Amino acid sequence: MSSIVEQDIHADDHHHHAPGGGIKRWLYTTNHKDIGTLYLWFAFIMFLVGGSMAMVIRAELFEPGLQIVEPNFFNQMTTVHGLVMVFGAVMPAFTGLANWMVPMMIGAPDMALPRMNNWSFWILPFAFAILLASLFMEGGGPNFGWTFYAPLSTTYSNDSTALFVFSVHIMGASSIMGAINVIVTIMNMRAPGMTYMKMPLFVWTWFITAFLLIAVMPVLAGAVTMVLTDKFFGTSFFSAAGGGDPVLFQHIFWFFGHPEVYIMILPAFGIISQIVPTFARKPLFGYASMVYATASIALLSFVVWAHHMFTTGMPVAGELFFMIATMLISVPTGVKVFNWVATMWRGAMTFEMPMLFALAFIVLFTIGGFSGLMLAITPVDFQYHDTYFVVAHFHYVLVTGAIFSIFAAAYYWLPKWSGVMFDKKLANWHFWCSLVSVNVLFFPMHFVGLAGMPRRIPDYALQFADFNKWISIGGFAFGLSQLFFLALLIKACRKQGEPAAAKPWEGAEGLEWEIPSPAPYHTFETPPVIK
Amino acid sequence: MSQQHADKYYVPAQSPWPIVGAVALFLIAVGAGNVVMQHHKGTDGYGGLILSLGMITLMVMLIGWFRDQINESMAGMHNAQLGQSYRQGMSWFIFSEVMFFAAFFGALFYTRMISVPWLGGASNNAMTNEVLWPTFEAMWPLTQTPSGLVTEAMGWNGLPLINTVILLISSVTLHFAHVGLEEQKRGQLMWLLGLTILLGISFLGLQVEEYVHAYTEMGLTLQSGVYGNTFFMLTGFHGLHVTLGTILLIVMFCRVLAGHFTPKNQFAFMAASWYWHFVDVVWVMLFIFVYVL
Repeated sequence: MSSIVEQDIHADDHHHHAPGGGIKRWLYTTNHKDIGTLYLWFAFIMFLVGGSMAMVIRAELFEPGLQIVEPNFFNQMTTVHGLVMVFGAVMPAFTGLANWMVPMMIGAPDMALPRMNNWSFWILPFAFAILLASLFMEGGGPNFGWTFYAPLSTTYSNDSTALFVFSVHIMGASSIMGAINVIVTIMNMRAPGMTYMKMPLFVWTWFITAFLLIAVMPVLAGAVTMVLTDKFFGTSFFSAAGGGDPVLFQHIFWFFGHPEVYIMILPAFGIISQIVPTFARKPLFGYASMVYATASIALLSFVVWAHHMFTTGMPVAGELFFMIATMLISVPTGVKVFNWVATMWRGAMTFEMPMLFALAFIVLFTIGGFSGLMLAITPVDFQYHDTYFVVAHFHYVLVTGAIFSIFAAAYYWLPKWSGVMFDKKLANWHFWCSLVSVNVLFFPMHFVGLAGMPRRIPDYALQFADFNKWISIGGFAFGLSQLFFLALLIKACRKQGEPAAAKPWEGAEGLEWEIPSPAPYHTFETPPVIK
Repeated sequence: MSQQHADKYYVPAQSPWPIVGAVALFLIAVGAGNVVMQHHKGTDGYGGLILSLGMITLMVMLIGWFRDQINESMAGMHNAQLGQSYRQGMSWFIFSEVMFFAAFFGALFYTRMISVPWLGGASNNAMTNEVLWPTFEAMWPLTQTPSGLVTEAMGWNGLPLINTVILLISSVTLHFAHVGLEEQKRGQLMWLLGLTILLGISFLGLQVEEYVHAYTEMGLTLQSGVYGNTFFMLTGFHGLHVTLGTILLIVMFCRVLAGHFTPKNQFAFMAASWYWHFVDVVWVMLFIFVYVL
């Protein structure tokens, strides 16, 4: 794609603001690498917090009957697990990757608005402190599902809903500021010669993701505001008695929610599009079509929201429209999967850790994509809706999709961040244990779902007992497998391992591999020239 | 853009203000949440105190952050590329504001076009009407809710029309104040900017009068069904934005008095004026869809 002709690397921090010592460095920082690191660690900690909530859920569902937790607490666990994973783990992890990699990939010295960058990160720990603290309040935390449908979140919710609303507000502010920073960085900070169609695909996918974030996070803010006033100030947006409609909530929420799910997968597509060419030692097949496919997916995401609402009630013409629009998305998505496979076709493949995760992504995400296609078909969705089939679908796209891509990215760029190669033994344990357990965990959910087991219920009928036992075993195993990754990260942060070369992957291309490992605190203070 | 770089990038120094801002938002969220819960339960608590503390922290943060920013800009530390980043950032911020209002306009259109007619039996919903509220008749403005709340509708010719004229004029005066800045006519800049601020304040005053009128004489409140909900949420959020815009313009006025801004260095003025034109456009939409139609 692009290569450096000449550049000026500043490994020396001879002038302004080298990293200060101690806690102030992290509190006051304006450095995209520091902030990227903060985002990534925060996301990983949230991943473990949300994961332990999933362990509670799986422990309760290990056997039929109520044994470990109260149903109300079970509901709080499903709710907060979803919120923490979506807003605390996946989104901040991608933002962290964008912070680290986008400036280095486009030859910029930093993000466009470095101080706001720091603000958007530091809002997050506070927002999640509020959300998690609400679990310990009298009456408990949010218990209405991460989708907080009215009237569950209005008429029937507990008082801590107010804290939920305001914590979502400041999370949203953080996301919007983060997205504005990324989009302005990409539009305005590219090195001379780095034209749009030369940008690495990770940058392209984040560019489009940032647009989606700026477009829909404010809509989420509107939705939670209406929930707040409906619950506490006597409005009736979502109450038919005052002329409103609970279905209106679902429309507003999913107008945010569907673009949101692409916010959580488009950067993953970008990561896979970086990694597959490196380890196939071939340029990405169909670069331009990848860009157009990403843009098409983003645009279509605005007109498919009601496929989450087929059973809610809608005129048949509406159901047909949303069914067809949704199925249309499989075309650009298919283009992407085709291009990845075509990139590997007759490539000189090797299977280092990033590639293993990328391959697992391609296979397993495609399974999630196909179950999504099944769910898109209105008449059959009436059977699948609100069952474990849906849970299986979105965990395939989010865990083996988004989170596997984040692992792939971490393994791919960790040598650049830390300056040492990661512990390959731990990495292998992490990958193979995760791969096996995640399928034991999520694959049987398809079957119990098709057989009619409803989601978000702490108890279930006896015929689902065997499958659920296996699902729980898979769940615990998957949770424990992440400890290998934790150990590996700690080792890398303590610089234990053989030193990494500037370009540790033979087939890698791009500006980030032209600077030393670990990347110096400031890179590209004068712009590199790109041919 | 990437072709016109300065050959040296500008990377700002570390700053304590972002973390102060994060603490401020934390206090505001906790405080506001507690205020709402106390109000709901009718109990006392520290919500109000925490909220005010948060607001004060936010104020301190804004003043400190902008002071640093202005000093750096006046010292000539910012380059053209940074100015471009600021302008693009502001444009995207305004786009996000557009989407925030879009959520409430969406709610307005949905209730007008779908939920209220359906409750009245339109489309294939005859049984909805029959079973839920058989006496309910769909209408807009919804002056009688299905559960029987009665209210009056706000007319458009009167205060709202005057307010529309005021805001439209204020956009024009602000534009010519900007022209004054561009052409180095400080007098024109100053008095037209001052006039814009006065127009903004009069808009807010009239809106308060309208609210008082609605609450005391018309029985139109935030609680009077979706008509009152959409009316007060849309005009209320717009009013908050006008308030913020007016504060921004007052700050700009002080900076003009202090001799800031040149045709080349005027990002803050431009951003404030973009923001003002944006709230103006939102008002025109409001006037059409909330008041007239």
